[in-house]
Amino acid sequence: MLGYTSYYFGRKKAYTIQSTNKRLTALPQFYGYYLAIWCAIPAFIIYSLWAIFEPTIVKLLILSDYANQGYLDDELNLIYEKTKALSRGQFTGEVTSLIQTSSEKYLNLRSIAQSSKVVIVLCIIIASVAYAYKRISSNNRTREPVEKFFNAVLFTASLAAILTTVGIVFSLIFQTIDFFKVIPLFDFVFGTHWYPAKAFVRDSSEALDPTMYSDTFGAVPIFAGTFFIAFIAMCVAIPIGLMSGIYLAEYASYKVRQYAKPLIEILAGIPTVVYGFFAALTVGPFLKDIGTAMGLEVSAESALAAGGVMGIMIIPFISSLSDDVITSVPQSLRDGSYAMGATKSETIKKVIFPAALPGIVGSILLGVSRAIGETMIVVMASGLAANLTLNPLESTSTITAQIVVILIGDQAFGDPKTQAAFALGMSLFIVTLCLNIVALRVVKKYREKYE
Amino acid sequence: MRKNGVNMIKISAKNVDVFYGKKQALFNINLDIEENQVTALIGPSGCGKSTFLRCLNRMNDVIDICKVQGEIVINDFNINDKGCDVVRLREKIGMVFQKPNPFPKTLYENISYGPTIHGMAQSKQEMDEIVETSLKKAALWEEVKDRLHEPGTGLSGGQQQRLCIARAISVQPEVILMDEPCSALDPIATAQIEELIDELKKEHTIIIVTHSMAQAARVSQRTGFFHLGELIEHGSTDKIFKNPDNIKTQDYITGRFG
Ligand SMILES: Nc1ncnc2c1ncn2[C@@H]1O[C@H](COP(=O)(O)OP(=O)(O)O)[C@@H](O)[C@H]1O
Ligand SMILES: [Mg+2]
Repeated sequence: MLGYTSYYFGRKKAYTIQSTNKRLTALPQFYGYYLAIWCAIPAFIIYSLWAIFEPTIVKLLILSDYANQGYLDDELNLIYEKTKALSRGQFTGEVTSLIQTSSEKYLNLRSIAQSSKVVIVLCIIIASVAYAYKRISSNNRTREPVEKFFNAVLFTASLAAILTTVGIVFSLIFQTIDFFKVIPLFDFVFGTHWYPAKAFVRDSSEALDPTMYSDTFGAVPIFAGTFFIAFIAMCVAIPIGLMSGIYLAEYASYKVRQYAKPLIEILAGIPTVVYGFFAALTVGPFLKDIGTAMGLEVSAESALAAGGVMGIMIIPFISSLSDDVITSVPQSLRDGSYAMGATKSETIKKVIFPAALPGIVGSILLGVSRAIGETMIVVMASGLAANLTLNPLESTSTITAQIVVILIGDQAFGDPKTQAAFALGMSLFIVTLCLNIVALRVVKKYREKYE
Repeated sequence: MRKNGVNMIKISAKNVDVFYGKKQALFNINLDIEENQVTALIGPSGCGKSTFLRCLNRMNDVIDICKVQGEIVINDFNINDKGCDVVRLREKIGMVFQKPNPFPKTLYENISYGPTIHGMAQSKQEMDEIVETSLKKAALWEEVKDRLHEPGTGLSGGQQQRLCIARAISVQPEVILMDEPCSALDPIATAQIEELIDELKKEHTIIIVTHSMAQAARVSQRTGFFHLGELIEHGSTDKIFKNPDNIKTQDYITGRFG
């Protein structure tokens, strides 16, 4: 509100300067922004600093009363907490006179702090606005500082995003390294037995005994499970997605396309949890019934159910990406082919599809990377036991599902089973990162070709 | 087949109207195209030259909103009849476009595309022969014979356009339609194509749309002048350029508009 007022005043000032026939150095708005920034930023900084230090100072002031009465630090803290609770009216214990007085003092201090804060912040606003206003009056440059300010804001935002990512990656890396200090890399990558529950039984006061885990964290079954389920998913998603993409791009009339495309994209908007219970409650039992009818043994939580439903989830990606790619094949190639007497399907098969292939491959790779990273469906529909199997009718488990298993419930940092989750996360990250990089490269290259 | 003076009439358009949706693009066009001659279609842009050209091999079918009415008779057969086989028609009537549009395949595959579709070669050897003759006829063979298996998109603009011509003649069409084939090319490449057109007219009937009056005068024997969707005047190129009947033609030729 204050900011807006100062914006208004800044602009008005600019107009007055303008009316005195001096040439402005920038558009009037810039004067407004300039003033608004000066109004907001110093005040905001002071306010934040105040908010950070106020509790500490209040605490110091209150506890200074008891400082020389021989209380231990812990006791002092306790007194302070009780005081705070009482003044908020949330105290349930016995109210001693000591706490009563200190609570009154606390409230007193808080209200002083509150009002002095308002006063100080207001003073600062007025001071800085006055300062800026003076600079405006002397028709100083306002465009550069304002531009610099926006630049800085945008930069900070992107920096925050990047730093967070870097932070996450580093925590992944360090935890993974810790994990491999206990479990040899070889056992993890080539071990065929995954049974993290074994690590749950450890009493945390006991010392770590690496030999105990020697046959616990073999990741082969879950890597295999992950790729297996992703494979099943792609078997569903690629043909259907691709064909519907081709239909939309080449055959569908404008009207059909207008309705069909958003409908398919609705599939992409369904939360994965919904797909998950669809897989677990509908598809899984359905497959089991069919299987039993045919005399096959089908687990209710089968890789087939999870993979199939995951495939349905991925269809819209493949279909809309390949639709885009096919549509961006230049019309002149189609014309060239039709003019040679080729039919529509010949044209698609021999000209459009090869021309669009790199883009289609890219969209498929993106689909694979989603399939590998998908969690909810697997957790709900494919069970959590890491069987090493290639039978689609049995249950298997994936990297993401195992991370969920490991991290559900209590877990201690620094425990191998927790770190195992990081190691799995790291593997997953590497795989999907590579897939995404390759896919984006391919798609980009393809784009360049037809620019 | 009818005769027109010395030459046979290859294509005969009668009362052709074309609509894009509600908008009429061509009005009652009547034009005879003579065999083994080059017919140039000239006129300011947007006057319907391309539209007319695309009627002749039914390329307007590709555009949903486009409706063609009237008769277009080729070899005594109305191609706007329901019974017309578009695949066969386009085998007989090839087309070269304004922008060179080689397929993103090898040179060899670009040429063999048409013959494969129409099942013209029984063996690899026959196909090799077709590819070689087509490229020779398009005056491209010497330049590319060592790189037949490299992508066609790697050629220069003029070479690409000659590749497209070679692709068009690979199925031995009777008629070749060319829509401003030189507008994306430099003068040297243009000269090569013009020379080629002169050569091709021995075996094919050629209809060329062009923006350049000089080009029309150089390569064609017959000329038709379009204006605002109407065929204003047509006749021998000499007559149109030297002694046109219509004042609009005169103005256009002398560069007073368009
Ligand atoms: N695909 C199309 N959709 C709608 N109108 C078109 C289309 N193609 C051409 N037209 C219209 O038809 C008229 C003739 O176009 P065209 O035959 O391309 O002219 P030219 O080739 O002589 O420059 C123009 O007015 C143009 O706007
Ligand atoms: Mg045109």
